Amino acid sequence: MFKRLADAGAVVALTVDGKPVQARSCDTVAAALLAAGIDRCRTTPVTGAPRLPYCLMGVCFDCLVTIDGVGSRQACLVPVHEGMTVETQQGRREAGR
Amino acid sequence: MAASPPTLQSSFGGPVQGARRMPSEAPQERRGASEFDVAVVGGGLVGVATAWGLAREGCRVVVLDEGDRAVRASRGNFALVWVQSKGLGLAPYAGWTIRSSNAWEGFAQTLKEETGLDVCFQRPGGFHLSLSERELEARANSLKRLHNQPGIVDYKTEIMDHAQVARMLPDIGLEVVGGSYCPLDGHVNSLRLFRTLHTAIKARGVTYLPSHRVENITREGGEFRLTTAHREIRANRVALAAGNANMHLAPMVGLECPMRPERGQIVVTERLRPFLRHPVVTLRQTDEGTVMIGDSKEERTDPAGLTLGVSATEAERAVRMFPVLGSANVVRTWSAIRVMTQDGFPIYDESESHPGAFTVCCHSGVTLAANHALTIAPMIARGALDKSLVAPFSARRFHVQEAG
Amino acid sequence: MNAVDLAPSYDLVVIGGGPAGLAAASLAARAGVTTVLFDENPGVGGQIYRGITSTPVINRSILGEDYWAGEALANEAKASGALIVNGATVWSLDPERIVGVSIAGKARMIEARRVIIATGSQERPFPIPGWTLPGVMTAGAAQTVLKAQGLLPDGRTVMAGTGPLMWLLAAQILRAGGRLEAILDTTPRRNLLRAAPHLPDFMLSPYFAKGLALLREVKAKVPVRRVASVAAAGDGKLSEVVSDRGRMPADLLLLHQGVVPNVNLALAAGATHEWNERQLCFQPVLDQDFSSSVPGIAVAGDGAGIAGGTAAAERGRLAAIAAVRALRPEARLPDPQSVRQRLQREEMGRAFLDWLNRPADSFRQPEGETLVCRCEEVTAAQVRATADMGCEGPNQMKAFLRCGMGPCQGRLCGLTVTELIATQRKSTPAAVGYYRLRPPVKPITLAELASLPISEAERKAVER
Ligand SMILES: Cc1cc2nc3c(=O)[nH]c(=O)nc-3n(C[C@H](O)[C@@H](O)[C@H](O)COP(=O)(O)OP(=O)(O)OC[C@H]3O[C@@H](n4cnc5c(N)ncnc54)[C@H](O)[C@@H]3O)c2cc1C
Ligand SMILES: Cc1cc2nc3c(=O)[nH]c(=O)nc-3n(C[C@H](O)[C@H](O)[C@H](O)COP(=O)(O)OP(=O)(O)OC[C@H]3O[C@@H](n4cnc5c(N)ncnc54)[C@H](O)[C@@H]3O)c2cc1C
Ligand code: FES
Repeated sequence: MFKRLADAGAVVALTVDGKPVQARSCDTVAAALLAAGIDRCRTTPVTGAPRLPYCLMGVCFDCLVTIDGVGSRQACLVPVHEGMTVETQQGRREAGR
Repeated sequence: MAASPPTLQSSFGGPVQGARRMPSEAPQERRGASEFDVAVVGGGLVGVATAWGLAREGCRVVVLDEGDRAVRASRGNFALVWVQSKGLGLAPYAGWTIRSSNAWEGFAQTLKEETGLDVCFQRPGGFHLSLSERELEARANSLKRLHNQPGIVDYKTEIMDHAQVARMLPDIGLEVVGGSYCPLDGHVNSLRLFRTLHTAIKARGVTYLPSHRVENITREGGEFRLTTAHREIRANRVALAAGNANMHLAPMVGLECPMRPERGQIVVTERLRPFLRHPVVTLRQTDEGTVMIGDSKEERTDPAGLTLGVSATEAERAVRMFPVLGSANVVRTWSAIRVMTQDGFPIYDESESHPGAFTVCCHSGVTLAANHALTIAPMIARGALDKSLVAPFSARRFHVQEAG
Repeated sequence: MNAVDLAPSYDLVVIGGGPAGLAAASLAARAGVTTVLFDENPGVGGQIYRGITSTPVINRSILGEDYWAGEALANEAKASGALIVNGATVWSLDPERIVGVSIAGKARMIEARRVIIATGSQERPFPIPGWTLPGVMTAGAAQTVLKAQGLLPDGRTVMAGTGPLMWLLAAQILRAGGRLEAILDTTPRRNLLRAAPHLPDFMLSPYFAKGLALLREVKAKVPVRRVASVAAAGDGKLSEVVSDRGRMPADLLLLHQGVVPNVNLALAAGATHEWNERQLCFQPVLDQDFSSSVPGIAVAGDGAGIAGGTAAAERGRLAAIAAVRALRPEARLPDPQSVRQRLQREEMGRAFLDWLNRPADSFRQPEGETLVCRCEEVTAAQVRATADMGCEGPNQMKAFLRCGMGPCQGRLCGLTVTELIATQRKSTPAAVGYYRLRPPVKPITLAELASLPISEAERKAVER
């Protein structure tokens, strides 16, 4: 869906659902996910419909993912860091994670 | 005044039978000069539950309500159908509550048949949790006082220690020293109940008039005239179900309804996977997955305000009770004004000076919704309250106490 | 910067680091007022200058000189002495100007003598069938990752909508070497009639020449079709864009129909708002210094009503001048009159643009199974039917259908719900009103809420 215009910025290694993904230092988690070509970042807690980021500016909450073990974080507002673990979210979040 | 409608006995307590009669089949002879048999003032839970019950009895009903921004407890409550601790100070209130709790399942079933909407009533038994020995002792004492009252029904509330509670609520924190458990406690999706009742009254031909705040009520020529900014509504009977505003409306029809409104705040989390099987009086998981946390009591009556420190206290206690909730996101908080009579117990009254005028007013309008629909409404349809059931709830009790 | 490192109080708290917030904070700090600026994004710049201090897009012609103008603002703010805190989400603001802010999962309450809300705008909801499918996003979203991360749409990309920003993004994508299959222009033709009287003003404004050049640049390279309907179709992800002019296969659909003020925080603070019929949105009622109805709280930038990035900065300066006057009357300040003049010039072409790009009713008031509320998945048919049932406003609607109750707190459904109710009940958006909003306007964790200061009386209100 998206490609990188220029290979600027240092490479940052993340895992997304356990698989390695190479992000760039200027990425937010949402940008990294889009650049990596994932097809959904969560399914909704209401009907289980798949979603990807919609606004990328913090207003729609469709980019909610689990980051470093903490669920329901807005991927479009969180910058990546080396070694970050990201998990896509399936439906309702589990209490305690 | 039109002749009393034929008596249509509801099967109180048990599952409710299907609709008996739709409005169009209402007997002709009952139709007086007025457009409506009953005008219900107030479109909160109490008003719409009563209106639905009246429509089921074949009455032509109009509900007069305020607009979108009205102060409406029915939009901001905690949705418990709660029994434990009800009745301290007025023993018959315990029996009245249990009656509604028992009728709830059938009530929910009938609503589902009529509207297709499931209000998700459940009665798994509920808890009151204590975070210190002092709290637990206070809890035990108040239950003892409640149970020692003459004429009280026994509703089997037991005190449990941490280990006993943990068996039923595995996620409790170490700080929970124990609590009380009552098997009759339950909960419901109260906003869906509100919507369902509105849907049901619409389906039964009840006229719902929002933004029709009743300014004045008079009784002339055997009918009631209700003044609103839009127009005058005429009805043979009037049921006051305007929440705290009953205080001002009741005297217009020779009744009284002393109130002391009180504010409550609620905190709600995002939707979570099911983790809590039983509702706790201050914390419950809804069928949608959100966790509601609440039950503050503040003297303030500004419905728009919100005291963050109160929300913080609720949150702090919730995390101590269920540490797994600490990382859950809070998506909303709100405050709402409780409909609270002076002594906290319901007021059901009929006017002597203005025959045909009734008050239906209470806190715990969710819990008592089944009673209002299935017991109170038929009484109003018949034109007289059944004293054997509701005499203790007349506002006359306030004078008795004064005299005593 | 962590939450614990913040002072308990500041003279001025500026919320939002777009042009309005940056300009306000710089001016105030330089006038000697202790100023903190919070922005929830990792970097400053706001929507227009997103990524301005870190963008990997070095070829300046791609984003254009209007973008790079943000550098000076960002530098000025940095040098001004204002404390700028990124990754700081403001989730509460009350009429006593207590600011609830959350940084890295820790919440703090900060006192402010003055507050300037500069939280800007968001794109107007664009509720078409299929707008929740993966592969459908806002044009602004694509622009954001282009600016901040240098990501360019790849695969078959279609744009649909109306408004200057859509054309700007199209040009930026093309300049970066990207491709667009088509632009589906949803602007109703009759808009021109209402816009025409404002044409002379527009011709004098800075937007006129720029706008024409942009249109020419894009239309030379991309097929543009006027359409009266747009839908996204696909199973689990976008595969086709369907309009009244036919179907086209697509991997990415970018939607845009203008921007509207981001009102959540100002509403939660209790500021009075009014309906703007020209811009079809709610906006705070403000005086000439951008002070709201709540004493000590101003709203500057596009949050005060849409006027664009350059105007946002001037508005920020005016709000800051008023704040400094109140806080430090002896401070030396720029002449507000000259700022006002510049602002006026900026606002000049606005009426024409607003009328010309006013989205059609059918794109704002959906029907049938189209989702209105993305979070709670509430459909247009449900909202309409519930309005017919007697539900007169968004607050009762929320109680009945849960629309506006999800994590976005109505940001993506509020205007739609208000307008749908107004239409069904033959009322007006002004009369129908908006959701009542309360803190937290952005989610915080229960543990954060639990960590806030609690008074004895507050504790007693809960413990029994
Ligand atoms: C997605 C998008 C892209 C745009 N792109 C352009 C463009 O390229 N060119 C153009 O001329 N106009 C653009 N605009 C229009 C925009 O409104 C500009 O006019 C300008 O950015 C407005 O400036 P501002 O300072 O008022 O607010 P903004 O620039 O929007 O800045 C507001 C800032 O506040 C922050 N914020 C919001 N809420 C909170 C909170 N609760 N806590 C902390 N921080 C918060 C946001 O992160 C944001 O950085 C765009 C608008 C949008 C929505
Ligand atoms: C925080 C909180 C938690 C609660 N938790 C529970 C619980 O867990 N279980 C439970 O059983 N109960 C609970 N309740 C109580 C319950 O919500 C109320 O008892 C119930 O909603 C009362 O309904 P009502 O219709 O009497 O009042 P309201 O919902 O307040 O409705 C009154 C209606 O009358 C209208 N009105 C007022 N004046 C006029 C007029 N002059 N003309 C026309 N219309 C008028 C108003 O607009 C309003 O629509 C709680 C309440 C609160 C506030
Ligand atoms: S993509 Fe909309 S909030 Fe992150």
